[in-house]
Amino acid sequence: MKKVLILGAGTAGTIMANRLLRKLDKKDWTITVVDQHPKHYYQPGFLFIPFEMYTEEDVTRNKTDFLPKNVEYIQEIIEIIEPEKNRVKLQNGKSIEYHILIIATGTNIVPGEVDGLLNSSWGENAFDFYTVEGSVALAKRLKGWKGGKLVVHIAEMPIKCPVAPLEFTFLADWYFSKKGIRDDVEIKYVTPLSGAFTKPRASGVLSHLLENKNVNLVPDFNIMHVDGSAKKLVSFDEKEVDYDILVSIPTNMGDSVIERSGMGDELNYIPTHKHTLQSKAHENIFVLGDATDLPSSKAGSVAHFEAEILTENILHFIRNKPLKEDFDGHANCFIESGFGKGFLIDFNYDVEPVEGKFPLPIIGPMALLKESRMNHFGKLAFKWIYWNVLLRGWPIPMITAQMTKLGKKL
Amino acid sequence: MATKNIAGVDVNVNEEGYLTDHSQWTREIGEAIAKEEGIELTESHWKVMEFLQKEVKENGALPTIRRLTKSGVVDTKTLYQLFPDGPMKKASKIAGLEKPASCV
Repeated sequence: MKKVLILGAGTAGTIMANRLLRKLDKKDWTITVVDQHPKHYYQPGFLFIPFEMYTEEDVTRNKTDFLPKNVEYIQEIIEIIEPEKNRVKLQNGKSIEYHILIIATGTNIVPGEVDGLLNSSWGENAFDFYTVEGSVALAKRLKGWKGGKLVVHIAEMPIKCPVAPLEFTFLADWYFSKKGIRDDVEIKYVTPLSGAFTKPRASGVLSHLLENKNVNLVPDFNIMHVDGSAKKLVSFDEKEVDYDILVSIPTNMGDSVIERSGMGDELNYIPTHKHTLQSKAHENIFVLGDATDLPSSKAGSVAHFEAEILTENILHFIRNKPLKEDFDGHANCFIESGFGKGFLIDFNYDVEPVEGKFPLPIIGPMALLKESRMNHFGKLAFKWIYWNVLLRGWPIPMITAQMTKLGKKL
Repeated sequence: MATKNIAGVDVNVNEEGYLTDHSQWTREIGEAIAKEEGIELTESHWKVMEFLQKEVKENGALPTIRRLTKSGVVDTKTLYQLFPDGPMKKASKIAGLEKPASCV
């Protein structure tokens, strides 16, 4: 028997296990998945927890609920990957040998990389919303808050789900408006980018939206340290931003096992071929989702599209056929904009988000790069799709792995 | 594509004044661009720019600030003093390299 070993049972690894099990010949192949955590979180839902729109229970399931019975699942910390020996060692002393390795170990926030952040009353006045603990703590803090200076701060790029900090800011504006204290809350959006977002046309639209919502955009801010006692951010060129509550998006890094195994770049992301998803260093290692160094967004939709293409490529690899260079960097993201509305953007490596209709040209029903109620309902409906369709590795009707230019105003 | 006369030489530049052909770059051209940017070049500036040029030659891409500071060539605080307001944008322009791509 030959083995496909999948490291990580998050969005990417779970989809991949489901898809591969349906495609691989069970007489020849077994699939093993390793992950250290028992819980699977619906991460897009973390955004809603601080504003009491979702609870921890809404976003939490067991990982094993989404992995097929015929896949071996091991819950253990991965000690080291040894690519030259086609072997992975676990912390419990066991080793697993593989024929094909799929690395889907994701990305984590590393607050310790931002000088002073962990000493700045982390969990009291400074929070993240990229972990369930962070967003639950933030919900408690915001609940009794009477107003003051709220700062949403991105430490450095790249980050997982680059639209999430904007969505957080829009939802904060709505939340404080509903509570009747919006006039008592000053909101600042502090970013190392030159505008609200990474892609020019969307950045223009979203910067304008921040302005309409009376949010101060502080661009080109490169953080040197957080001064927790004075409650301020200080940049390398000595700009300062005061806060009462800091919502931080700390440095994102790939899993520490990648560093221990000497397989990553300076942020522990694995050099990966941007169209085939094969690792650049080893031909029987493939990389999926946030663990790659690809210039695509780190997001669940990207992992989903990648999984479709990687399934094909694993089959090609097994049959000694050339890999397909089909991955185009496709990402598809809802952006909550508050007051029951949302945006939808659809883009890839080469085509930035533009206006148009989605998924059907002209008909839609969803509008691209435009605010609408339909997009907000799309975002809420997506939780059901995530648990029931996406994680199971089924295609989402009418949505293709490669981006379509039809219906887009290019 | 536009051409621009820098330090007495016609070179190809993009709309933001970045050289589009690194082979046309010389130290004199670097000095002239630095002057336009209001930067007086010292040995420390050159060390940073030589590192960027070496990385582009070897890897085909500009390093990140993190990679640059990890290399021991310069620390971040000094980098911002050398090239205020966007060190990578300025250093790559003076060094005759492409503008750093904004992230995803």
